[in-house]
Amino acid sequence: MTSPASSRAPSRLSLPFNVWNALTLGIALIVALPVIVVLAHLFMPTEGIWQHLGSTVLPRYLVNTLFLVVTVGLGTFVIGTGTAWLVVMCRFPGRRLFEWGLLLPLAVPTYVIAYAYTDFLQFAGPVQTWLRESLGWSAGDYVFPDIRSLWGAATLITLVLYPYVYMLARAAFLEQSVCVLDVGRTLGRGPWRLFTSVALPLARPAIVGGVSLALMETLNEFGAVQYFGVDTFTTGIYRTWFGMGEQVAAAQLAACLLAFVIALVLLERASRGKRRYFHTTGRYQHLPEFALHGWRAWAATLACLAPVLLGFLIPSGLLGYLSVQGGDALFGSAFLGFAGNSLLLASLAAVVAVSLALLLSYGARLHPGKVTRVATRVAAMGYAVPGSVVAVGILIPFVWMDHQINDFMKGQFGVVVGLLLSGSAFILVYAYLVRFLAVSFNAIEASLGKVTPSMDAASRTLGQTAGGTLRKVHTPIMRGSLIAAGILVFVDVMKELPATVILRPFNFDTLAIRAHSLAADERLAEASTSSLAIVAVGILPVILLSIAMRRSRPGSR
Amino acid sequence: MPLNRRLTVPLAALVAGSAMASQAAAAEELNVYSARHYDSDEALYAAFTEQTGVEVNVLEGDSDQLIQRLKLEGEASPADVMITVDAGRLWRGEQEDIFASVDSEVLDERLPDYMRHPEGKWFGFSQRVRAIFIDPTEVDADEITSYEDLADPKFEGQVCIRSSNNIYNQSLLASLIAHHGEEEAEAWAKGVVDNFARDPEGGDTDQIRGVASGECNIALANHYYYVRLVNSDQEADREAAEKVEIVFPNQDGRGAHVNVGGAGMVKGAPNEENAVRFLEFLASDEAQALFATGNYEFPAVESAETDGVIASWGDFKKDDLNVSVLGENNPEAIRIFDRVGWR
Repeated sequence: MTSPASSRAPSRLSLPFNVWNALTLGIALIVALPVIVVLAHLFMPTEGIWQHLGSTVLPRYLVNTLFLVVTVGLGTFVIGTGTAWLVVMCRFPGRRLFEWGLLLPLAVPTYVIAYAYTDFLQFAGPVQTWLRESLGWSAGDYVFPDIRSLWGAATLITLVLYPYVYMLARAAFLEQSVCVLDVGRTLGRGPWRLFTSVALPLARPAIVGGVSLALMETLNEFGAVQYFGVDTFTTGIYRTWFGMGEQVAAAQLAACLLAFVIALVLLERASRGKRRYFHTTGRYQHLPEFALHGWRAWAATLACLAPVLLGFLIPSGLLGYLSVQGGDALFGSAFLGFAGNSLLLASLAAVVAVSLALLLSYGARLHPGKVTRVATRVAAMGYAVPGSVVAVGILIPFVWMDHQINDFMKGQFGVVVGLLLSGSAFILVYAYLVRFLAVSFNAIEASLGKVTPSMDAASRTLGQTAGGTLRKVHTPIMRGSLIAAGILVFVDVMKELPATVILRPFNFDTLAIRAHSLAADERLAEASTSSLAIVAVGILPVILLSIAMRRSRPGSR
Repeated sequence: MPLNRRLTVPLAALVAGSAMASQAAAAEELNVYSARHYDSDEALYAAFTEQTGVEVNVLEGDSDQLIQRLKLEGEASPADVMITVDAGRLWRGEQEDIFASVDSEVLDERLPDYMRHPEGKWFGFSQRVRAIFIDPTEVDADEITSYEDLADPKFEGQVCIRSSNNIYNQSLLASLIAHHGEEEAEAWAKGVVDNFARDPEGGDTDQIRGVASGECNIALANHYYYVRLVNSDQEADREAAEKVEIVFPNQDGRGAHVNVGGAGMVKGAPNEENAVRFLEFLASDEAQALFATGNYEFPAVESAETDGVIASWGDFKKDDLNVSVLGENNPEAIRIFDRVGWR
């Protein structure tokens, strides 16, 4: 399939027509470099380590990981899509609040929610102690679900990851043309059937994008599962690499993880077949809402309240209590420094990631060949690779380049310039790009996919270049999705831990680092202050995002 | 002519100045990679800066990851000193050839032999003991006196211990491999797993709290987590500490398993002189007291001031196993943990 736009429209660019192709491939290659470095380990020999892993821990890694993938996948899909539909299409008490409230758990990192609930629910924690004291029970007299278990991990991960699905599904529902829905109604569909047979299939790329983000985040989740002592592929990779010193075997494990992700993505693509979803009309008006009454209304309120309560209000309340009780001793100017670093990195990474994702997805749209498709997929793969593996994958080529620079400078001028690339904050932004490009890419690709190609054709017929079309036609249409993509990256960077730990330069600590080092030192109460700060800093953009998304809907005020 | 001079002089000064500035900056700096995450370390660095005027730049991280990074950075690394909290990690750093030899009379004089690498590749500055904690109302202190007792079937369902991902457990098992051989060490690990009160979870403090709350009767944890509870400003912490009793294991035999927090100078350190000064500073009474009172570790220099709780314990026997053995046996220890299902 060749793009009609590229072959028919008169090109006003003096550059060859495949400049977009080159750009796409270039970006993809740069971003995929660390992943390729890791994959290269596949072909190196290992001595007996696989036998050991296979006969001891590997089955457990597999079972646990699969369990998490299935439960978190289902959980985030149901909660995310369900609440998004309710909020967009129904009227019930508190709906306005939930519109943005449902996004709040996004600001809570998995390790933070794990800290909060563990302290609260563990055997020595307040809930169980209170139960024992007031009912006269002692250990062994009663059964209390253990939060530090596979189920506990799955539940908590779901609670903080469903907003990915909610956000993209909601954006998709908002972008849906009222005409399609009206046709559905005219043909006799009730609210439920309208949802399952019209809105859901139309929103499918966005929902799949959201779920796959949640799943990839689950696959390389480290903080919470390690804290809970749940062995997954990711903890196994850490243990093999950093504990046993088996770099090659660990990288091969990471490659297996990648293969798993690729299989998932291919499966979904295959099941989608040749179907494509476009908006054929630009006619928008205020979406018709189903007004809910009586118990239905309250049920809807409850359905939206539960995830916000469990995923945000309770954990931040617990953290707030902890930090008032015995917060961080460094709270003050040092603390502002941590927050400043976090903000700086997150904003920088968000801007860069959105720009590159836009270029990538547009490049792939212009020249939808096999090569670009593979290239964009590979570029987005870093998201499924655990942070510390990405970090080492980055360090290997960058340090090599630094050594080349140093050798050159030494030979020419006799000075040692040090680690220009790998020793600066620049490398962190690059790492975030490698890790989180998929986040922005999925959101933007889903949104771009819904702009009908006839828009491109019209724009090009009217004399716009490919770049002009992107700037003047697509970008305004997709504004909401672009902002959403940026915020997702921003919040992800705020929360990112393993890569930041390894790659950051001297005296450069972020909120996540501070929370982690206190928690690693088993001082949860003190860690609560920075944990809460991560959440607090994350809330504002999340709310802004919600407002932007509302405004972005064509036809709304 | 004057014009010419007016131009060249500042220009020359600028060139020389910038060269000197970078020289001067380099001379007044020290770059530390540290695997310690204690706030008392800030006081340590501040004290060094005050004494010498040398600015300390710190990068904190996980030991293994820092070693990995040092290995990759090689000669171009900005790091001068690497600090870790575990003997196995010091050994691994040595294996990866990241340390340079330091020859210092001060260090030789102040630190006991077993706290020094023979070639000065690293030095131990503090010690931590892996101790047993019991609920005295449930378990008699005579009943459990050694690590070996943890595997005694009579304690079935009573032992709280953390995950084998933790380096402290790995080093303990490494020491058991050294003393008893692999087979017996594996049997021990299996025995402990059979005695678990619950699956391993949480950190060392959580194990101690487990005993205090009645979840288990016996726990294994590093001693300073207990002292932290004793000295905590939270009443609940102090109450928990009161309910447990500390047991120093193997006092009739080889002594309690001791781990070492130490540091070494990094190969190709750009500020070699400052690195040596810093290492010597860490052995000073002032720094040693900070280790002991800030994080409740046992100072390497015996004359140093210690915390009240630690002083009250008096002298006890420590396993004098060469710490590099802990590192050597580490990979085997992990394999044993995997085999016996100690997650």
